[in-house]
Amino acid sequence: MKILGLIVTMVTGALLMYGTADMPDWGDPNSPANSRISPRYIEKTEIETATPNIVTSILADYRGYDTLGETTVIFTAGVSCILLLRRRRKG
Amino acid sequence: MNGFAEMIIKTEDIIVKTIARILIPFIQLFSLYVIMHGHYSPGGGFQGGVIMGASLVLLFLTHGYEESKERMSEKAAILFSSTGVLIYSGIGLLCLLLLGNYLDYGRLSLILNVDLAHARSLGILGVEIGVGFAVMAVMFSIFLDISTGGIEPGEEKKNEKASTR
Repeated sequence: MKILGLIVTMVTGALLMYGTADMPDWGDPNSPANSRISPRYIEKTEIETATPNIVTSILADYRGYDTLGETTVIFTAGVSCILLLRRRRKG
Repeated sequence: MNGFAEMIIKTEDIIVKTIARILIPFIQLFSLYVIMHGHYSPGGGFQGGVIMGASLVLLFLTHGYEESKERMSEKAAILFSSTGVLIYSGIGLLCLLLLGNYLDYGRLSLILNVDLAHARSLGILGVEIGVGFAVMAVMFSIFLDISTGGIEPGEEKKNEKASTR
């Protein structure tokens, strides 16, 4: 069973490494992220959200749903801690 | 172990208590500044919430369980953390009720009486406040549970006395 797990891990790792070969170089100015998305945010953030801080506007507005998930993760961590650790008697 | 349990319940060191009493309001003010100023500088709900939680942890460490319970009890921590998530998802739901997409703050301009860009700015602020609430309460709640081991300090002693009898 351990050997099977090792094989699965190795194959998945190799597939992921093979997949990264297709990705654009790090900091490549011609990659889709750098040639389209970044200029769009840099140009329109101030006009669309009246927020000078681009990071904040992306975090809470353009990617607001993602941040809602992050908040839920933190909330879930707190609730899990309460459920696992608290053994208080009532009254 | 016994000394530590007593320290959690109540501390007597006057220097530590005084310094903490001076520092805590400034830490809390700074955390509010970090949340409110997230539009213009690094910061926001997560960072400000953690700073606010740290001020409560400092209160707990220096003043003990009994006094910090009056400021922030376990029940209040649970209530605040769920309130934070509720504020966030409530703003999203409000946009939905105003016939927009979920979390589309531009729709808030209908009830806030400002233009589209400023409505989105205010939506970001509201969301950050919700995140701040949740992070602050969760940080304090996790710290409280780990430091007391999930048992109310003082209750342990009563149990020990009852068992030795």
